[in-house]
Amino acid sequence: MFKKILIANRGEIACRVIKTARKLGIATVAVYSDADRNALHVQMADEAVHIGPAPANQSYIVIDRIMEAVRATGAEAVHPGYGFLSENMNFAAALEKAGVAFIGPPSPAIEAMGDKITSKKLAQEAGVSTVPGYMGLIADADEAVRISGEIGYPVMIKASAGGGGKGMRIAWSEGEVKEGFESSKNEAASSFGDDRIFIEKFVTQPRHIEIQVLADSHGNCVYLHERECSIQRRNQKVIEEAPSPFLDEATRKAMGEQACALARAVGYTSAGTVEFIVDGDRNFYFLEMNTRLQVEHPVTELITGVDLVEQMIRVAAGEKLPFAQEDLKINGWAMESRLYAEDPYRNFLPSIGRLTRYRPPVEGPTPRGGIVRNDTGVYEGGEISMYYDPMIAKLCTWGRDRAQAIEEMRLALDTFEVEGIGHNLPFCSAVMDHPRFASGNITTAFIAEEYEGGFTGAELDDDLIGRVAAAAAAMNRVAEIRRARISGRMDNHERHVGENWVVSLQGQSLPVTIAADRAGSTVTFEDGKALRVESDWTPGQPLARLTVAGNPLVMKVGKIPSGFRLRLRGADLKVHVRTPRQAELAALMPEKLPPDTSKFLLCPMPGLVVKINVTEGEEVHEGQALATVEAMKMENILRAERRGVVKKISAAAGASLKVDEIIMEFE
Amino acid sequence: MKDILQELESRRATARQGGGERRVAAQHAKGKLTARERIELLLDEGSFEEFDMFVRHRCTDFGMEADRPAGDGVVTGWGTVNGRMVYVFSQDFTVFGGSLSETHAQKICKIMDMAMQNGAPVIGINDSGGARIQEGVASLAGYAEVFQRNVLASGVVPQISLVMGPCAGGAVYSPAMTDFIFMVKDSSYMFVTGPDVVRTVTNEIVTAEELGGAATHTKKSSVADGAYENDVEALAETRRLIDFLPLNNRQKAPVRPFFDDPARLEPSLDTLIPDNPNQPYDMKELILKLADEGDFFEIQRDFAANIITGFIRLEGQSVGVVANQPMVLAGCLDIDSSRKAARFVRFCDAFEIPILTLVDVPGFLPGTSQEFGGVIKHGAKLLFAYGEATVPKVTVITRKAYGGAYDVMASKHLRGDFNYAWPTAEIAVMGAKGATEILYRSELGDKDKIAARTRDYEDRFANPFVAAERGFIDEVIMPHSTRRRISRAFAGLRNKKLSNPWKKHDNIPL
Repeated sequence: MFKKILIANRGEIACRVIKTARKLGIATVAVYSDADRNALHVQMADEAVHIGPAPANQSYIVIDRIMEAVRATGAEAVHPGYGFLSENMNFAAALEKAGVAFIGPPSPAIEAMGDKITSKKLAQEAGVSTVPGYMGLIADADEAVRISGEIGYPVMIKASAGGGGKGMRIAWSEGEVKEGFESSKNEAASSFGDDRIFIEKFVTQPRHIEIQVLADSHGNCVYLHERECSIQRRNQKVIEEAPSPFLDEATRKAMGEQACALARAVGYTSAGTVEFIVDGDRNFYFLEMNTRLQVEHPVTELITGVDLVEQMIRVAAGEKLPFAQEDLKINGWAMESRLYAEDPYRNFLPSIGRLTRYRPPVEGPTPRGGIVRNDTGVYEGGEISMYYDPMIAKLCTWGRDRAQAIEEMRLALDTFEVEGIGHNLPFCSAVMDHPRFASGNITTAFIAEEYEGGFTGAELDDDLIGRVAAAAAAMNRVAEIRRARISGRMDNHERHVGENWVVSLQGQSLPVTIAADRAGSTVTFEDGKALRVESDWTPGQPLARLTVAGNPLVMKVGKIPSGFRLRLRGADLKVHVRTPRQAELAALMPEKLPPDTSKFLLCPMPGLVVKINVTEGEEVHEGQALATVEAMKMENILRAERRGVVKKISAAAGASLKVDEIIMEFE
Repeated sequence: MKDILQELESRRATARQGGGERRVAAQHAKGKLTARERIELLLDEGSFEEFDMFVRHRCTDFGMEADRPAGDGVVTGWGTVNGRMVYVFSQDFTVFGGSLSETHAQKICKIMDMAMQNGAPVIGINDSGGARIQEGVASLAGYAEVFQRNVLASGVVPQISLVMGPCAGGAVYSPAMTDFIFMVKDSSYMFVTGPDVVRTVTNEIVTAEELGGAATHTKKSSVADGAYENDVEALAETRRLIDFLPLNNRQKAPVRPFFDDPARLEPSLDTLIPDNPNQPYDMKELILKLADEGDFFEIQRDFAANIITGFIRLEGQSVGVVANQPMVLAGCLDIDSSRKAARFVRFCDAFEIPILTLVDVPGFLPGTSQEFGGVIKHGAKLLFAYGEATVPKVTVITRKAYGGAYDVMASKHLRGDFNYAWPTAEIAVMGAKGATEILYRSELGDKDKIAARTRDYEDRFANPFVAAERGFIDEVIMPHSTRRRISRAFAGLRNKKLSNPWKKHDNIPL
């Protein structure tokens, strides 16, 4: 076994690899760029080597720099993590040449799988199911019809040079093929100056399901079942799970065996993933093979009990796999939420900055028999930098079944405190509570379909609203009693904190009565429903853990004038608890609508105005550049969303603006 | 007998109707509550005791004798806020537009006199059309009587003004002399002369909202200390503020039970100061992490944001915070920020509220607009305020403390009690670049030489130890333990006794 390994990566995956190496008694070397001097992976490793400036193309993906670090530290092997150099055959080859083990597949396997067309051919040869299609040139519409008939409907007609949906048609019949072929051809010619067209099977209700394989250098290859990664936003996976709620045993076996066949065919060793697209009838087609550890590997680890990184290291050291296919069973269910520094309320715009608060849920077994795991590379007070992947953490939960894994994830997300930057935690929570997600009836279009207009926060159902209201009433009582205990009171004329309150939240006003005792309080609603609330929450705690009617309820608690800001389950609520008289008077207050900002160009992020491209009185058309704002060295061009006339320009070049500050106004 | 008791009830009922249903409805339609409703929200439920409910005006001009409503357009009395006594007056816009008459003024003066005598704050809720014109000079005299009491009460009991409707002309000078003014967005305004007069005299066309609305006074003029969305929110937040204030100048700042460990460590503060000395960071994060339960009541949030002022609690006791904000103008001192902080420091000193000063100041803002505006005298206000303050003063220098601004920001030399510095502190006459350019002017042509000189200067002065060697810094502390250190410091200052030489009053450079 190796004595020392170098991790040619950063962030959570570097930390993840270090953990396993430490478990195996292997010393670790971290590498870091200027931006990562204080990063967690640097703190965790036994040694750390500086490899250059912040941009990855000057540090993390410069092979020479990594090789220098390997030489300087005497590392015997290198784990590449994912991304960066993980699928770079030149890197693997350079290590092989230097006599340093690459903790990953051999370079020819990387090369073979690195090219879409080659890998598809190899897969076909290995007997792996691929998307049926005709790659050759198609002369005319009749030929297109003939080919479509062979492939089977529906088919997709695509321009060779295509992209962005241009020159693409879906056809369900001969007639549609004829029509589609001509229009695709014309569109392709005019858009790309290249009218070559090809046809392939259109996969309906597509799901992204991938098979984890593991092979050693002794000819053994196993599959560790599947992961379903259909919850994606613009091809970026957000939520993954294992196993898939869709596969039956036969399909799983068929997919697993084909994946292993492909791995064998290319002489694969180490961990790898074969990605498939699966249609509504459980037909599956090969997409590509990822010749590295996947981001979402923890869900596989949670259901199989196999430490994939450990096996990768052992395989690289020449050991045999310690298990055979029949030893690998699926135990329970695992979920993963990728926590990204992306603001869901601003169309998932990346958000960078300081993590003023970062408190992940406690890892390990939960009181309900589940498991929480959090793979992370950040810490409170650390920085989310613009240079790298905006992932903050991978939060995983395990349960006996899918429902429990989801429930554990709901609570874990509610417990996870991240402040200082925008992040998608509320969005992940909302997905967990989405009935369609719960049903397992998902496709890769889930997010596009269910959140068509973007994400504006979740709406809580009446049952949950009742529980939150009861919790808020009980919490408010604690806060009010404390307020009434201030020094300087008039003796014997203290304020009495009453029992009757009105909780207003999410557009509802719920009158309640609180009866408190030593252990907690019972909150009774107008309709007689009574909820028992127990909690050790004290004013000022940013996280409230309560038991309401016997069930756990966790909320983030913030302050707003005369109330609480409560966040849970993807909802962000302004909650006011008032006496009945206060509530009556508050109801007289006019509702102030947020100002209509459609006539304004607002600064989308804090930054510096580099240039104003238009003048007052100028007529602008849709898509015209209006201003350039520089934020964190990135120049963002702000464009007109519709035609209009510039009425007033409020910011000049050189001005430093806050988010939502007005740049210009339209007529 | 029963009839007699009934008589009281019916008289009370009449008085409570104020200007009658129609006017109350009109008040509500404007999004405003009535005088009595506001008092209900301000005080503990059922604690209000009204004075002078049956007072009527004595004017007989212009037919006024025919209309003499009980109460005369202002509701006065006392009650409690979380069990602590406060006096309150609330002008009733539904009665003669809340206009101030001789008797209306007398009612206000009565409770102000009592407040001063009994040591309890005065909360004034302003919603008035101005002087009652029918009464002429008697009304003006009434204003002056109130003004005189505002002056005498200043520094004796806290005075808080809520402007919840019009407040124009001479009427503005009563709130102006109180400690804090809060306004309600869209439904209140304050100005000395209204839009009509402005148009006649200066030809400027301006709306009441632009001239004296909440946005104007919180962002531009700094007349108001804060603005709220509506009456309910303003009154709830006023209760919150009162919980930070002592009832009078003979009491210590209030203490309430707290649920936050005074020794709480905040490891994230160790990375608050960016590696690059020119990169800003948010000083509010530090304030929130030092405060009990992260609770901060900010004063003048929207004005001169390069300095932050407000109240927090440490171990349950109120502490006034003054902090440079590197996010705005690099946290430098200028005319506005000096004025803002000076007034806040003097309030704290007047009412025995200890002061925590967090320093990251690169100096005073240079420029003709500053010098022409008299930054010398305005800056001196803050210097003066800190120098005369005898309350416990704890200072933490987080990063820059340059030049005269270092002296100003509650330095050891201005009788600072505990002067701490983080290891990232740089206490020097100026930044390294500026200093070397003056010291080595002859070498300016040689970039390498200057760079080396700058590095030397940085090595020598860009740290807290030069000041610590001289005892100007009592202790260099770890950022993560700041809450524990300052809590202990203030705890050690609970019995501080310090007084200034006798004087009639000082002559602060106003």
